Amino acid sequence: MLSYALRRIAVAVPTLLVVITLSFALQRLAPGGPFDQEQTLTPAVRANLDRVYGLDRPLAVQYAHYLGALARGDFGPSLSQRDFTVGELIRQGLPLSATLGLAAVLLAILAGIPAGIAAALARGGGTDYALTALAALGIALPTFVTGPALALLFGLHLHWLPVAGWERGAPRYLVLPVVTLALPVAAYLARLTRASLLEVLRTNYVRSARARGLGSARVLWHHALRPALLPAVSYLGPAVAFVVTGSLVIETVFGLPGSGRYLVQGAIDRDYPLVMGMVIVYAALTLGCNLAADLLYGWLDPGARRE
Amino acid sequence: MSEAAAAGRGLWRDAARRLAANRAARAALVVLASLTLLALLAPPASPWGYDSLDWHHLAQPPGLAAAHWFGTDRLGRDLFVRTLCGVRLSLLISLLASAISVGIGLAWGALAGLVGGRTEEGMMRFVDVLYSLPYLFIVIILSTVIGRGSITVLLIAIAAVGWLTTARIVHGQTLQLKRREFIEAARATGVPTAGILLRHILPNLAGTVVVYATLTVPQMILFESFLSFLGLGVQEPYASLGNLINAGAQEMESAPWMLLVPAAFLVLLLACLNLLGDGLRDALDPRER
Repeated sequence: MLSYALRRIAVAVPTLLVVITLSFALQRLAPGGPFDQEQTLTPAVRANLDRVYGLDRPLAVQYAHYLGALARGDFGPSLSQRDFTVGELIRQGLPLSATLGLAAVLLAILAGIPAGIAAALARGGGTDYALTALAALGIALPTFVTGPALALLFGLHLHWLPVAGWERGAPRYLVLPVVTLALPVAAYLARLTRASLLEVLRTNYVRSARARGLGSARVLWHHALRPALLPAVSYLGPAVAFVVTGSLVIETVFGLPGSGRYLVQGAIDRDYPLVMGMVIVYAALTLGCNLAADLLYGWLDPGARRE
Repeated sequence: MSEAAAAGRGLWRDAARRLAANRAARAALVVLASLTLLALLAPPASPWGYDSLDWHHLAQPPGLAAAHWFGTDRLGRDLFVRTLCGVRLSLLISLLASAISVGIGLAWGALAGLVGGRTEEGMMRFVDVLYSLPYLFIVIILSTVIGRGSITVLLIAIAAVGWLTTARIVHGQTLQLKRREFIEAARATGVPTAGILLRHILPNLAGTVVVYATLTVPQMILFESFLSFLGLGVQEPYASLGNLINAGAQEMESAPWMLLVPAAFLVLLLACLNLLGDGLRDALDPRER
């Protein structure tokens, strides 16, 4: 197990380094600076601005500085929001985004896996068809369609929940965003769980457990469920990536002040430090969650530890 | 193809027969064809352009008796024309992006699989690194670097992330093919690597690639609308399904049709493409069923 864990870590760390280097190189070498969109500056002002932000130094020096600062958790000043450092913006937005993402993943697991089990056990029946159709719909609809649609239905027509916004952190403002974000993940988990449970229920060891006279519930809990859940566990890594991506849309749709909106706004403003800081934080989070999912998988399935 | 003709039915004719027998795929094909024709023919035939303003009908709800079938937006632009222009742009971008990304993926995966050794390891490692990042980051970095607004940039950005899955699939298939006897025979008779790639590997990959390309198109439509929705893709006054949905979401309190019309078209388009892709997969590889 330990060597498996070390191997997984040895994959994740270089990937993060590559990301840092790649995004740094891409952004510094690209044409178009952060001050290009404002009124034309005199060369002297321009040179001063470049000097203050260190943009006139050689690339290697800038890179070394950046890596050193990153190690201290300092992402530099934001170029578009002059009063804030990138670190401050991330600290401001990340707790909300993390809450949103975590709640969505939890909801997706709690709704999707039982739904998949129920569909598999009711195979061919009405419940199975209803759940399978619902899952197909959930997978097919993009979040930027379901989000506004749900807000239209539950917010504007039924008045059950607020349409958008974030007042003093009241939980009811999070209900629609979390549901929207969880929906496709739950649907995918349900489909995976259904398919794999059906397959496991056909195996010889399940049949022999039944032949020994064990009840259906016991067979399910003690024999079938653990192997049947493996595909769902291996989907958790991609699910985290999906939730991270989806949160950008969700925060835009529901007007939540999370870090995803800063990332999108940063890209529109061509705010290099902001975009890089956000991408690195998000990449580290995604890679970390992927690593955790891999380790969980390795723990559940000893066969996966050998490569 | 000559052996196939001699046998009476080739792989492709078999596949076409199976596809025609698939009712869902057939319906999807019909809807898709009519939607494409409508998107190509209706906007030029309409008295309204995608950016022409009708001051007498601002934010009009849809209705068949009204001057604008699908209503208008706040500026009095015809939503029927704008949505169909959006469909046209989405189809154009997604088809081009799919062609580019499947092309790159095919070349990358087949080459890596065939060459082997260190080169293969490096090439596939590069794919793994890009793969382990959410695709949106790559696109956001690209649009930060290149700037937004131009459709060419959008195309490059989408295609740049679309080829990874194709490369992986093609790589795996090439590795399997490489071990087959007919490749060994070709090598033994002295066919150069390029010849093996063109004559033996690529034709055998065609089925997989066709299926995968069909399934890539809806993926690309999603990428495009996703980016345009966020404001990183197609910009006003041009219409794409993504920026129409975004504009609709902002006006949904007073003009819900502005959201519902483009959203319905997007969902219809995605559903048809996915059904067609699934149908093709079943038709070309009946074992998968």
